[in-house]
Amino acid sequence: MHGLAFDIAHLLAGGMVVVSFLMLYQDRVYALLNVFAVHALVLALAVGWQAYIQGAHHLYVTAGIALVFKAIIIPTALHRMVQRLDIHRTLEVVGGVGLDMLAGTALVALAILVMLPVTAAADALAREDLAFALAVVLLGLLLMVTRHNAISLVVGFMSLENGLVLAAAGARGMPLAVEISVAFSVLIALIVIGVFLFRIRERFDSVDMQALDAFREERRQ
Amino acid sequence: MTDTGLVAITALLAVPASTALLLVLLPGYWFGARLNVGAALLSLLAAVTLFWARPEPNLYLRVDDFNIYLVVLNNLVSFTTSVFSASYIAHELETGRLTPKDMRFYHAMYQVLLFAMNLALLANNIGLLWVAIELATLITVLMVGIYRTHAALEAAWKYFILGSLGIALALFGTILVYLAAQPTMGEGLPAMAWDRLLVHAGTFDPALLNLAFVFLLLGYGTKAGLVPLHAWLPDAHAEGPTPISAVLSGLLLNVALYAVLRFKMLMSANPAALAPGPLMVTMGLASLLFAGLMLYRRGDIKRLFAYSSIEHMGIITFAFGMGGPLANFAGLLHMTLHSLTKSAIFFAVGHISQVKGTQRISTIRGLTATHPTLGWGLVGGVIAIAGMPPFGVFMSEFLVVSSTFARYPLLALPLAVGLLLAFGTLLWRLHGVAFGKPDGGPAAPVQASILPMMAHLALVFMAGIWLPPPLVAWFKNVAVLLG
Repeated sequence: MHGLAFDIAHLLAGGMVVVSFLMLYQDRVYALLNVFAVHALVLALAVGWQAYIQGAHHLYVTAGIALVFKAIIIPTALHRMVQRLDIHRTLEVVGGVGLDMLAGTALVALAILVMLPVTAAADALAREDLAFALAVVLLGLLLMVTRHNAISLVVGFMSLENGLVLAAAGARGMPLAVEISVAFSVLIALIVIGVFLFRIRERFDSVDMQALDAFREERRQ
Repeated sequence: MTDTGLVAITALLAVPASTALLLVLLPGYWFGARLNVGAALLSLLAAVTLFWARPEPNLYLRVDDFNIYLVVLNNLVSFTTSVFSASYIAHELETGRLTPKDMRFYHAMYQVLLFAMNLALLANNIGLLWVAIELATLITVLMVGIYRTHAALEAAWKYFILGSLGIALALFGTILVYLAAQPTMGEGLPAMAWDRLLVHAGTFDPALLNLAFVFLLLGYGTKAGLVPLHAWLPDAHAEGPTPISAVLSGLLLNVALYAVLRFKMLMSANPAALAPGPLMVTMGLASLLFAGLMLYRRGDIKRLFAYSSIEHMGIITFAFGMGGPLANFAGLLHMTLHSLTKSAIFFAVGHISQVKGTQRISTIRGLTATHPTLGWGLVGGVIAIAGMPPFGVFMSEFLVVSSTFARYPLLALPLAVGLLLAFGTLLWRLHGVAFGKPDGGPAAPVQASILPMMAHLALVFMAGIWLPPPLVAWFKNVAVLLG
């Protein structure tokens, strides 16, 4: 494998995992959104690099979508939303940051232990990419489980989708249909989420998911 | 003949899609509801046409023995539900729970949902299958939240988060399947076409395929409401409009399970890959037992039947997990009958909750005295779903139990326990609702459309007494195909 091309792909994919870790310990909404923008930026670079070394031009589109849509538009929109809705600016972490980081490390180890032996036959690039992608997916899941706040739930979900895009880009020659659909799904997801956030705000004056959680069938009169 | 087939398959997708557009543009409730029914009928006719004229499969779409019957079932239930929905929604409009603007949105979304489900069933491309199921998820999220009450929003939000997670896992699985196929099948679209994957499945890397299947089972299993990924299902059923509960339970769960089965067939075509059976049997049994226990304490009538859906999806997954011609046959039959029965029950429950103004079981009493048609309809539906003869569900459940008993007697024990639990609870609950002492007060009249419910119950009843031989032959064929 041409050394440099592989190294750069490796660096960028690994960069995404590192940025995922950065997201895990943010305790302010704005900081989390900024880190997410960086996450999307690294994704755009990683996908762009894949497009270059694979000679797959349609991947540039995916990279472009990641750059414009996920790194710029969504973080800005969410910034505004936080401002306008006057949401609490601090985030609570359920188990504490230390525990979170430990769990994150364990998940990355798990991703590598699962993916590398399984993909022994595939080429080295796809293997590494896939292992990192799974790690990003799992870290996104972790972010979703350990926060109460709706905004960080959304960010966690989007970082998880970034991992999926990374995996799709790493799979050589994957038809475009899927990438477009991923981008499309994020778009729709945002609309849906946006609508929800506004309506949630209308109803409960808070975007704290615990306020929603308190409402269960058993406790209804 | 293939031309007719091509027209039919195009109509199945184009009719709902174009009707949805039309419904967005045209105002007016009366017209919208009728157009909705008309379009659903047209799709049903197109689906039935596929029996005689089957188009050649291409890289995107495909009609085969397995999906054709689900397509017909899908469009049949969509049609009857649209008839029910016309009267249900009219009442919601009168009571002001929904505005005319919501209505337009609702009807358009109903058609988009029909489009998405048809696309998922007809898709030959595993990427397309994923896109269709994702579309269906997003649409149902919007529909569940349509009342905008506190509870409806919570339900929609929960469904959205869990559904998206499931969808995300399924996409990862789909990518892994493509990666497994790529070395032997080359790059590009053919490596995502299901029928070609099946031909070459034997040469795929088994380890990669195993991992893919775990992701796919968890992903699509979330959509099928299998324990432990079921948490969204009861809320979504209870808080959305009842026609949507009927479609969710009767159709969307089937579509998700259909996706799992497609990939299961790929797994079984590769001798070195992990046998998918035990995984599915475990999840199925867990769903059955868990739902059987949860049924007991439900206070909300729609929630009660939502848990019953989890129970039945568990039975079906269990049957397909067991595999073999007999169990697969039972699974297919149960899938069909559960769809018909559960949607009939939701038709009855929808009108009942409208006349009573509540979904709380404790306040709904003595229905057979106050509203005989609805009450007896519900009695029929519950008896059928609980698995009592002479209804068809008894037969399919009996087949599942007896085929299990013949092969793995020990597994039949928890299965029977789960079935009995659900059976007892449902009948116990039914007793108060149907035959309890009416709580007085004037019985509100209701303009119910009884026909869809009766039609479904009649079909289920008939299936219990006599299955048409061509249908039996068909199911046997598919059962062998499923392996």
